Amino acid sequence: MTKKSLNEASNVGKLGFSFRRHLHEKFIEFILFLSATLSIAIMLAIIAMLLKESWVFFQQVSLWDFLTDTQWTPLFDDAHYGILPLVSGTVVSSLIALLVALPLGTIIAVYLSEFAPFTVREMAKPFLELLGGVPTVVYGYFALLFVTPLLQIIFPELPGFSLLSAGLVMGIMIIPYVSSMTEDAMRAVPMNLREGSYAMGATRFQTAIRVVMPAAFSGIAAAYILGISRAVGETMVVAIAAGMQPNLTWNPMEPAATITAYIVQVSLGDLPHGSIGYQTIFAAGLTLLILTLIFNIIGHVLRKKYREIY
Amino acid sequence: MSNINNLDEIRKIINQQRRWDLAFTVAGVIALMIAVLTFIVLFAHMLIDGAPRLSWDFFSSFPSRRPEMAGILSAWVGTTLVMIVTALSAVPLGIGAGVYLEEYAAKNLLTEIIEINISNLAGVPSIIYGLLALGLFVYQLGFGQSILAAGLALALLILPVVIVATREAIRAIPVAIREGAYALGATKWQTVIDHLLPYSSAGILTGIIIGLARAIGETAPVITIGALTFIAFLPPSPIKNEFPFLSFEWLMAPFTVMPIQMFNWVSRPEEAFQLNAAAAGLVLVVMTLAMNGLAIYLRYRMRKTIKW
Repeated sequence: MTKKSLNEASNVGKLGFSFRRHLHEKFIEFILFLSATLSIAIMLAIIAMLLKESWVFFQQVSLWDFLTDTQWTPLFDDAHYGILPLVSGTVVSSLIALLVALPLGTIIAVYLSEFAPFTVREMAKPFLELLGGVPTVVYGYFALLFVTPLLQIIFPELPGFSLLSAGLVMGIMIIPYVSSMTEDAMRAVPMNLREGSYAMGATRFQTAIRVVMPAAFSGIAAAYILGISRAVGETMVVAIAAGMQPNLTWNPMEPAATITAYIVQVSLGDLPHGSIGYQTIFAAGLTLLILTLIFNIIGHVLRKKYREIY
Repeated sequence: MSNINNLDEIRKIINQQRRWDLAFTVAGVIALMIAVLTFIVLFAHMLIDGAPRLSWDFFSSFPSRRPEMAGILSAWVGTTLVMIVTALSAVPLGIGAGVYLEEYAAKNLLTEIIEINISNLAGVPSIIYGLLALGLFVYQLGFGQSILAAGLALALLILPVVIVATREAIRAIPVAIREGAYALGATKWQTVIDHLLPYSSAGILTGIIIGLARAIGETAPVITIGALTFIAFLPPSPIKNEFPFLSFEWLMAPFTVMPIQMFNWVSRPEEAFQLNAAAAGLVLVVMTLAMNGLAIYLRYRMRKTIKW
């Protein structure tokens, strides 16, 4: 064998090696690509599944009845399919939760980001994170067996299940989400903005409110939106502490079911697959998904529009 | 004379503004205290009610109609098995997606859609995942109300958490590491598997632990797929005596999990069952707190030890 042919042979070998190597690389990239696109598949599957069952539901119940009827009694003989009672329960409990979570969460975030000494911040942040990790069913237990009896001392006429106690506990539960995202947004504001403000003689409070918060607006808006969609989608606290009776009311002292609590109630029973009761939970789920998607889109727009780039 | 008056005026204004500073500091501490105190009261309330019920029997008995005999054996076994399914499916998929988006993906429309979609998925209420699992896994794919269906539902739920953690951990690795690997002739995948993944493993692990801690406490999606609340038997054992020694029958078995067992006890009117709920809640909280605490500790150590 001459030297030349030896060289050629090894070149062929190298080419084969690099071809196989290339194929191997492409194969792996394809697998990774598939796992990334799985997220789109999940979203499409969620939408398809909700639409499919809701479609059958809306064959039997007109959309007009669904949106305007004031009673939700799908499992009774005299069946009514008005989503309003479930929406009112969801709105009232979420509003109470937000009245607690947004102010407290914002104050905590501003305090931790602008006022607190280093050690307090280093202690408080992990603690808040732990709070966010407590299972929601535990908060439900707390609302029903601790907060409700406590509130009954103040308001003796409060029933055992109420939107008020569920909403309050839900608010406390959401604080960590709001505060940690708001704080992250505020800490991302560059130091020289604060220094400029201090140099002009502003106090910490003035700097925080008039310089840092406006600069962090898009992030704070995102935090609030996340808080809202958490409150709207929260299930176990309301299912345990607000009762499961659909009730068209705006009074927080009354028991009422939310969209999520209704889904839980139906799932606990044994409804045959394909019955109208089975389809109602998908129609309710579709309503819930549309509500949260609207909030997500608003959040996205706000973030895009008011994003400050430094 | 007027100068001094002016100075007094200014001092007054400054003091006034300082009072605002002080007032806000107080408000901040109070707000923080409300969050902290709530948690302490919650924990103490559960501890007082639940601690007397915690005994070996509580962990080794099935649920029962008699509250003092009831235990959480089927619940914790169910939770463990569901978590195995969740971890085995969410971890590879989440890491794969994270690696693709960070290292492979071109900057194009599809990538942007995937990214927006992942953040949207993180905002979808957990009960919606339950409805997806009910329609898709339980009925369409015929898994039934099984451990497999629940594990997959929770895997979908925590997928965004794992993806985001993977991306952040990989992004933190300096470009020089990649350039070094490429300069030595490594392919992209060799760079990822030999360098990027090992270096980001602590960060990814943190994300996985946080995701699993969330999955353990999730109740709504598991209720939606129809997990039974009264289960007085265990799923078939995964280990058999004869060849091939492993059995996957347990994947298809009916089950219950810790949060559902707790929910079931909370919704009973008898006080004795509510004490059981407190005890189950205590176990659940300690489990999730331990996992979250471990994640926080890992992150803290990482920040201390890794200096690129």
